[in-house]
Amino acid sequence: MSARDAILAAVRANRPQGDHPLPELPIFPFAAEGGLVEPFLRNLEAMGGHGVEGGDIEGILRAQFPQANVIASAVPEYRGNRDLAQVSAPNDLADVDVAIVRAEFGVAETGSVLLPDTALTVNAVAYLAQHLVVLLAPDAIVPTLQEAYRRPEFHRHRYASFHTGPSATADIEGVLIHGAQGVRSLSVVMCPLKTGS
Amino acid sequence: MSGSEEPRRAEDGLPALLHEDLHTADDGGARGSGGERLSHGEATSRPLQPPAPEPQPRGAKLYHRKPVDHNEAAQRFIDAPRHAKMHDERLWDLRQKRDGQMHGLPEWEDLRELASTIKQHTLSNLGDYLEQFESQAKANGIHVHWARDGAEHNRIVHGILADHGARRLIKSKSMLTEEVGFRDYMASVGIEVVETDLGERIQQLDEEAPSHIVVPAVHKLRSDVADVFARELGTDPANDDVHYLAEQQREKTRPLILEADAGMTGANFAVAETGTFVVCTNEGNADLSANVPPLHIASIGIEKLIPRITDLGVFIRLLSRSALGSPITQYTSHFRGPRDGGEMHIVLVDNGRSARLGEPEFWQSLKCIRCGACMNTCPVYRRSGGLSYGATYSGPIGLILDPSFDRRRYSSLPFASTLNGSCTNVCPVKINIHEQIFAWRKVLAESHDIGWSKQAMMKAAGTVLSHPTLYRASIATAEGALKLLPDFMVANPLNSWTARGRAMPDAPKETFHQWYERTNGGKEEPS
Ligand code: SF4
Repeated sequence: MSARDAILAAVRANRPQGDHPLPELPIFPFAAEGGLVEPFLRNLEAMGGHGVEGGDIEGILRAQFPQANVIASAVPEYRGNRDLAQVSAPNDLADVDVAIVRAEFGVAETGSVLLPDTALTVNAVAYLAQHLVVLLAPDAIVPTLQEAYRRPEFHRHRYASFHTGPSATADIEGVLIHGAQGVRSLSVVMCPLKTGS
Repeated sequence: MSGSEEPRRAEDGLPALLHEDLHTADDGGARGSGGERLSHGEATSRPLQPPAPEPQPRGAKLYHRKPVDHNEAAQRFIDAPRHAKMHDERLWDLRQKRDGQMHGLPEWEDLRELASTIKQHTLSNLGDYLEQFESQAKANGIHVHWARDGAEHNRIVHGILADHGARRLIKSKSMLTEEVGFRDYMASVGIEVVETDLGERIQQLDEEAPSHIVVPAVHKLRSDVADVFARELGTDPANDDVHYLAEQQREKTRPLILEADAGMTGANFAVAETGTFVVCTNEGNADLSANVPPLHIASIGIEKLIPRITDLGVFIRLLSRSALGSPITQYTSHFRGPRDGGEMHIVLVDNGRSARLGEPEFWQSLKCIRCGACMNTCPVYRRSGGLSYGATYSGPIGLILDPSFDRRRYSSLPFASTLNGSCTNVCPVKINIHEQIFAWRKVLAESHDIGWSKQAMMKAAGTVLSHPTLYRASIATAEGALKLLPDFMVANPLNSWTARGRAMPDAPKETFHQWYERTNGGKEEPS
C-alpha cells in the first residue's frame, strides 16, 4: 500500500466517535466610531510599523530614506531605479534599499496590510529590501481578520502575505529588534488608488 | 472568565514583575515613532535587567532505553538562579500579555469554542479533508508527497533535494522537522541546513534542541548567545549587546540565504478548500526561505488541516494572541502555488498522528496549534526550562505528546505537573490538557514495561514543586488551583504533587494547604 493510502486508511479507521458538525462562522462586531483609518494606524504603530497619513511619495521617500541608492518600485505613483519586471532571480534584489508596493487591503484590528504576489512582482523584494513602503487606499481597510478572510484574494493568488510592522525578533532576552532577517522598517502611506490606474 | 487571573499590578498599571531585582528602566529595545517603548512580537512588556553571566545549565542527560530524568535536569536549572529567574519572568510576561489580548476581545471565549469545534470536525473527517487538500494543491501546481513516519519524510525530502542537486537548504522553524530528526539526517547525507529564525539558529549553532516551541532560545541569557556566536560565527566574545548579536546573525546568514539551493518551511495551517498552507513568523525568515531559492518544500503534519479559508479568521485571531500576547505575528503568509519559475513540494506527515486519532482519551491533543500558551503558564515548565524534559515537546503539551513517541523514555514526564489546570484554561483550542496528563499517568502506571517504582514516579515532579519559594510563586498565580483539583486526586498516589513529603526528599516545611490558607491563596504574599 502506498504511504498515501495507508495514512488515509488509518485516519478513517481511527475516526473519533461522535458527531462533530462544522460550525457556521459569525461575524463579531468591531467597535470603531470614527472610521477604520485611526484604529488601523494605531495598531500598526503598536506593531512597530510607521503610519503616514498622506502626502507626496517623492517627499516622503526623500525625508525618510535620504541615503537610499537603490529603490525598487512596483507602483505607478513612483519611478524607482530598479525595474522589478527585469529581475531574473530573486537574489538580484539583495542590494535594494527601499521597495515600494501597494497593498490590496488593510485590516484595522491588527494594522496589517495584504501584499499578494501580483503587487510585489517578485515576492522576495518585500523581504530582501532593507525598508518597505506600502501604499494603502484609506477606503480599502476591513475591520477584522474575519472579514479579511472573506475577501477573494485568498482564492486568487498563489502567494499573499499579511505584513504587520517590520521584521522583528526578541529571541534574545525579550529585547525587541527590528530587522531580524527581513525589512528593518515598514511604512504604510495612506494613498487613494488613482482612478484609471 | 476562563484563563483569566488578576495579576498584581505595578504603579504604571502593567503587571508587576515576579522577580523585582530584574527591574530596569530601559533595555534598549525598539521604540515607536513617538518614542514609546514597543512590546510586539515576543518582546517583554517591561524592560528587564540582564543578569550577570553564569554558566548555562544544560538539558536532561539522555541514556539509551532509560526514562528521562526531568527531576535531575530541573534541579540543575534551578541551581542556575539567573537563568531560572529570567526564564520564569519572560514566560510569565508572555502569559500576562496574552491575558491583556484576551481582555481586549469580547468574543474570546466564542473564538476558542469555534476553534475547538472546527478542529474536532476536521479531525473526525480527516481523510476527506486530506484528499481535498491534496487535489486542490495539485491543481495549483504543487507536488504532494505522503510520509508515514519521520524516516520516510526525511527520505522524501532528500530525494527532492537530490533531484535538484541541492547542497544547501535554508529553513524556517518547524517543530515537525525537530520531531523527525531532520537536521541530523541531512548532515548524514551531506546537505547543509541553515536555520533562519534567530532563536532556532542559536540553538542549531549550540547543538541544542529548541527549549520552547515558539521562543526556542528563551532559556539562554545574552551572555550565552555571545559565547555561541563567538565560537561559531567568529563574533566578538566580549560583546553581548543584543543589537550587536542580532545584527551579526543577520549579516552572517544573509549570504547563505542568497546562495541557497532550496528553502523549507513548516506550516501553521493547511486549508483543504483551496490547497493553501499558512506560515506565521515574526522575522519574515519563512518568506525568505520560501521566496528566494527556486525550490520550496513544506513539511506539514496531517493534523494541521482546517476546512475553509474563512476558518483562518478564527485561528489567526487566536494564535499570536495566545502565543505572544501580540494581535498577530509580523508575517502571516499564504502559499497556494509555486511562483513563476519556482517549484513547490508539500510533504504530508503522519508520524503517529493517525494512531493517536484512535485513542479516545488522547485524540483531542491533535487540535494543538503549537502556540505555547500552556508552557508559558505552567509553573513546572517555567521553573525547570524546556530542555529538562529531554524531548521535542516540553511543558504541558509535551507531557501529553512525548509519551506517544516513546513510552519508556518519556514515562516520567506526565508526572512533571501540578495538575493545576492553568494550561487547559489558556489553551486556545480547548484541549483538556491537565486531564490528559492525568490519564497518561494512569496508562503509564498500569504499564508493566516501564520499570518505574511508585516512589520514583513521585520523585519525578518532586524537586520543582517541593521548593516552597518556587511553587509559592507558581501557585500564587495559578487560578483556582484547588478548585480544579478534585478531592480524589489529592489522596491519589498518581498525583505526586500532593504527595507532600511522603516520598519526597526535599519536602516543604509548610504544606501547600497550610500556606494557601495563611496567604489567602497566595494573594497576600508576594512571590
Ligand atoms: S496545547 Fe493548547 S495551549 Fe498548548 S501549545 Fe497546543 S494549542 Fe497552545
